[in-house]
Amino acid sequence: MRKEIRFYRRGRRIAKSDFAPDATLLDYLRLEERATGTKEGCAEGDCGACTVVLRRLREGRVTYEPVNSCIMLLGQADGAEIITVEDLADGELHPVQQAMVEHHGSQCGFCTPGFVMALFALYHSEARNMDRPRVVKAISGNLCRCTGYRPIVQAGLDACSGKPNDRFTQNEKETAKLLSVFEEHDNIFVGEQDRFFAAPGSVDALAKLYAEHPDAILVSGATDVGLWITKELHELPKVIWLGRVAGLDRIEDSGRELRIGATARVEDAAPALASIDPDLGELIRRFAGWQVRNAATIGGNIANGSPIGDTPPALIALGAQLELQQGDKVRSIPLEDFFLDYKKQDRAPGEFVRAVSVPKLRDGEHFRCFKLSKRYEQDISAVMGAIKLRLDGRQIADARIAFGGMAATPKRAKATEARLKGLSVVDENAAAAALAALSEDFTPLTDMRASAEYRMEAARALVAKAIMEIADTPGVATRVFGARSDAHAAA
Amino acid sequence: MHTPLPDTPPADAGAPRVVRRAVAHDSAARHVTGAAAYVDDLREPSGTLHVAPGGSPVARGRIRSLDLDAVRTAPGVVAVLTAADIPGHNNIGAIVADEPVFTEKAVAFHGQPLFAVVAESYAAARKAAKLAKIEIEPEKPLITVDDALAAESRVLDDYDFIVGDVGSDIAASPNRLQGTLKIGGQEHFYLEGQAALAIPLEGGDLHIHSSTQHPSEVQHIVAHMLGVPQTAVTVEVRRMGGAFGGKESQATQWAAIAALAAHVTQRPCKLRLDRDSDMAMTGKRHDFRADYAVGFDNDGHILGYDVQLAARCGHSVDLSPGVIDRAMFHADNAYFLPAAAIRSKRMKTNTVSNTAFRGFGGPQGMLAVERVIDAIAWKLGLDPLDVRKRNFYGPDRDLTPYGMRVTDNVLPQLIGELEESSDYRRRRAEIAGFNKKNRFLKRGIALTPVKFGISFTIPTMNQAGALVHVYRDGSIHLNHGGTEMGQGLFVKVAQVVAEVFGVSLERVKITPTNTGKVPNTSPTAASAGSDMNGMAARAAAETIRGRLVAHAQEQYKVAPEQISFRDDRVIVGNRTFAFEEVVEAAYRARVQLSATGFYATPTIDFDRPKKWGRPFYYFAYGAACSEVMIDTKTGEMRILRADLLHDVGRSLNPAVDLGQIEGGFVQGVGWLTSEELVFDQHGRLTTHAPSTYKIPTAFDVPEDFRVSFFDNENREETIWRSKAVGEPPLMLAISVFAAIADAIHAVAPGRQVPLDAPATPEAILRAVNAIKESA
Repeated sequence: MRKEIRFYRRGRRIAKSDFAPDATLLDYLRLEERATGTKEGCAEGDCGACTVVLRRLREGRVTYEPVNSCIMLLGQADGAEIITVEDLADGELHPVQQAMVEHHGSQCGFCTPGFVMALFALYHSEARNMDRPRVVKAISGNLCRCTGYRPIVQAGLDACSGKPNDRFTQNEKETAKLLSVFEEHDNIFVGEQDRFFAAPGSVDALAKLYAEHPDAILVSGATDVGLWITKELHELPKVIWLGRVAGLDRIEDSGRELRIGATARVEDAAPALASIDPDLGELIRRFAGWQVRNAATIGGNIANGSPIGDTPPALIALGAQLELQQGDKVRSIPLEDFFLDYKKQDRAPGEFVRAVSVPKLRDGEHFRCFKLSKRYEQDISAVMGAIKLRLDGRQIADARIAFGGMAATPKRAKATEARLKGLSVVDENAAAAALAALSEDFTPLTDMRASAEYRMEAARALVAKAIMEIADTPGVATRVFGARSDAHAAA
Repeated sequence: MHTPLPDTPPADAGAPRVVRRAVAHDSAARHVTGAAAYVDDLREPSGTLHVAPGGSPVARGRIRSLDLDAVRTAPGVVAVLTAADIPGHNNIGAIVADEPVFTEKAVAFHGQPLFAVVAESYAAARKAAKLAKIEIEPEKPLITVDDALAAESRVLDDYDFIVGDVGSDIAASPNRLQGTLKIGGQEHFYLEGQAALAIPLEGGDLHIHSSTQHPSEVQHIVAHMLGVPQTAVTVEVRRMGGAFGGKESQATQWAAIAALAAHVTQRPCKLRLDRDSDMAMTGKRHDFRADYAVGFDNDGHILGYDVQLAARCGHSVDLSPGVIDRAMFHADNAYFLPAAAIRSKRMKTNTVSNTAFRGFGGPQGMLAVERVIDAIAWKLGLDPLDVRKRNFYGPDRDLTPYGMRVTDNVLPQLIGELEESSDYRRRRAEIAGFNKKNRFLKRGIALTPVKFGISFTIPTMNQAGALVHVYRDGSIHLNHGGTEMGQGLFVKVAQVVAEVFGVSLERVKITPTNTGKVPNTSPTAASAGSDMNGMAARAAAETIRGRLVAHAQEQYKVAPEQISFRDDRVIVGNRTFAFEEVVEAAYRARVQLSATGFYATPTIDFDRPKKWGRPFYYFAYGAACSEVMIDTKTGEMRILRADLLHDVGRSLNPAVDLGQIEGGFVQGVGWLTSEELVFDQHGRLTTHAPSTYKIPTAFDVPEDFRVSFFDNENREETIWRSKAVGEPPLMLAISVFAAIADAIHAVAPGRQVPLDAPATPEAILRAVNAIKESA
């Protein structure tokens, strides 16, 4: 049992045991270290001004992960090297800093440290042959109100195109060695029985600890829980962080299905999900911003039970099964059965999500998913729809449709599914008539994202669009961007 | 494709060496390394306390009781402040004293400050603020413009410009249209929230670091609030992390509360608003309802235009007089109106007091008339660009509805250039083909002009001061009344001063704006920062240079025209000296090496009661051509391409100006598309954080984005013949809104498109459905 967290900072190994379980990484940096280069813009992971890069050792490789320090718990930095904007320049500006200056990428400068850190992570990413979409994706979690982004994108293209060569690449081997001492999966427990930050190293240790403290808050990426602290001003006396549980983040591909461990980060699960269907890949691309995708997990997106999480509707439409564990008891349920009501899930005290299994598409199965929001990137869906059809020739043999944003939980459109069965995908009128059933399935609400009327009309439009695309009517363009195939995108 | 940015000095010996060059922002290297300090980054003096305001839980009502006992006894709390603690005047209203620091008897909007907690930490202060027990007898709030119109609730009297007999001219027109356009407001979303640090000094003096565009106003209002002379309060601003108008008047309250806390506790006190409080407690761009009637001939010439601009001002006056006036001054945009009634209504609602925001009402007035031009085109089946061109100001049709003649109009040339470079006509034809072929997706294009008046419309405000010292080593200390919010003012003014002394930019030390150095300043606003402070700083620098010349003239017996300053040297006849040698020699000869400079904008003269005169020194022009695609089933929209051509005169710094053009455009796109402020029926803002309020991201900027400067020089004698650039480019985004309307129009050509702003997916879908149903 380890009684402290450990991380590296500016070449020094730091061990801490005197911190609140709900202390954020940003407060540590700004208030304790007085490293004020990292800014607080929104305290909810939506603007990226607080971006720092965590250098970690993952499967023997050194990774550079941009994260929002405002909603990350300090304890989550365990095992990492924390790199902040002040650390990049070494006598002279780092190439991404230099490019930002040369392209006039800063005006007021307040968002700039966050952009610099996102670009620094991109500089060290695997991606070469830098193009505009890659840079834009890397800064999807950063807001700038001054520049209009063009010069920042230009700086990214300029600085991140070559092979990385800075002092961080130069000391990578050494860093790997330093970080490797963190690799052992010992259990961390900092604090007392009534107030602690814990990070179990194994599923067994987690099961035991959570059974002893069913009132503890399980934290995976903290991209939702972080807001309880910064926005609701809640105090979280007992925190169990899942980020060190060995094997819980494993992604397994059996050929017929994907099994995604609960703590697999969205960023890590993206390629596997995209391999099921390109629409899933696009959904993940639009899932929050890069910083959030580097912290948030698939299990967390499910377990928090939000009616507007983007992965549950897609996974429900695909027929996913959820694995839960309590003590040594493991059970598996259809994912849609997990969501009972608003903020209420089928999860017993001490029980935790272990994994989600997602069947891959079989012959004759077609999948589409669409996200509607006021902004394309880093926005919460007004409506998120996922549609899986099994065709027998041109006839719909089976349909699984699920929506987010339409009810208090992610929910299937069972009446609509039933009406669609047996219809021909090329019979637009019949499909349109069947879609009237969506108002039996859902009674959406009006809120700041959309009105009930818009949600209902758009939900119908999304299913109609899916059917039209699956019917593959020649020459019908259906997408303003995000070409699934050239047939559907406007020329 | 961008206008190339020259960053090397010109070879021509007579040409300016430092101005007109694309030098980087003075803080660029500090921005990218995290070394640039904002108020919350300053190392706090020991014992600094933290302040959090407590706001009203309802939008309107009488306060029955305010029980702060639990707040006072919460951990870490040092003091709790209310109106009773204010020794002087409980007011932050700058134009009209109608807005309290803390409200006492009644509440006028949800979130209105009632008290503030002073505690040992930021977290302790915020947590304690939630413990207040507030009982308010609620009254039904007026939330929207329509609510206020129905209740005839105003903050100020109506005001109008009337030219000709518009009623009969419209009635006699061969074609008439009327309609309504609702125009949404906009949150500034400066990345750095409101912040102030007040440090008590001896004798009751205060030094305040405030993130404000208007340090003098903070100084004056704090002094008035504390009942001390203005000399007791010094306000300093190094930089802001964005402002956009949101820190012109709205920074004052937070500085005042921090100052009051410092006064009461006699310890340094810092107030920084968290994002949600900032968005709930500070004002925004005014939303408008524009009701118009227009008469026009068969070619689309406007014969008469009658518009009522009703604005949601919020619960107090704030800067609404100027904002709504400017909406009226831009209700014509670029178009000659032979007969016009420009009417305004300044509505009082139980919402936060709306305020300055880049464009200051101009964008809303302009958007209404641009809709009217489109409406005429739709009705007559003409290309909207042709209707625009036919209505431009021109010779013998150059008089605005407020009596100023448009004498510097470059739009005919500018629009012609853009029409060609954007390939407008060919693309219009191609889009028509696309729209015929596609059932679900429609494309649209629009090319729209901007004419924006430069000067504060209150003549008094058009003044600026500067202070320049030259030290014995030849380094130059520069100070002026303008504030830096990212717009590049500091570097531009430093370029001007370096040019005067013929020295490299590195010699000029940029220093924080400080009310102790330059007094009684105007806010950095109205795009006039470099026009005014550049001139004032030049005057100060020229005074010192004049003294150096006089001294050298006397010492070396040469004529003044034989003395020149360039490349860090002073050439005196046939001798050459290092700049610092000349400075040292002058010092030894007891020549004063410090000077102030002052500037008052000439020629402006507007008589508000008479509604006639010249409110603006000149106009800045621009135009943009944007193309969009919409999904008529979901309302989703993408900008496919945008071409911007903008008139900055002879740019003082093309890199800075390019940044203003691009950034302004994208900010305008946000205003008109994704940024939607939603107040619920109780008057609560439900979009109070970036999770719910969506400003553009990099993905929203068109990949095909072409920005150029229009080759022009200011006809007026502005600083190096440049033009103001802060606000005008925002309105280039109207092209995007018009292009969206154009795409919707393709669904049912010939019908009117009832698209309101912002054009969210839902608004677009609503307009698509409406145009279909109007069949």
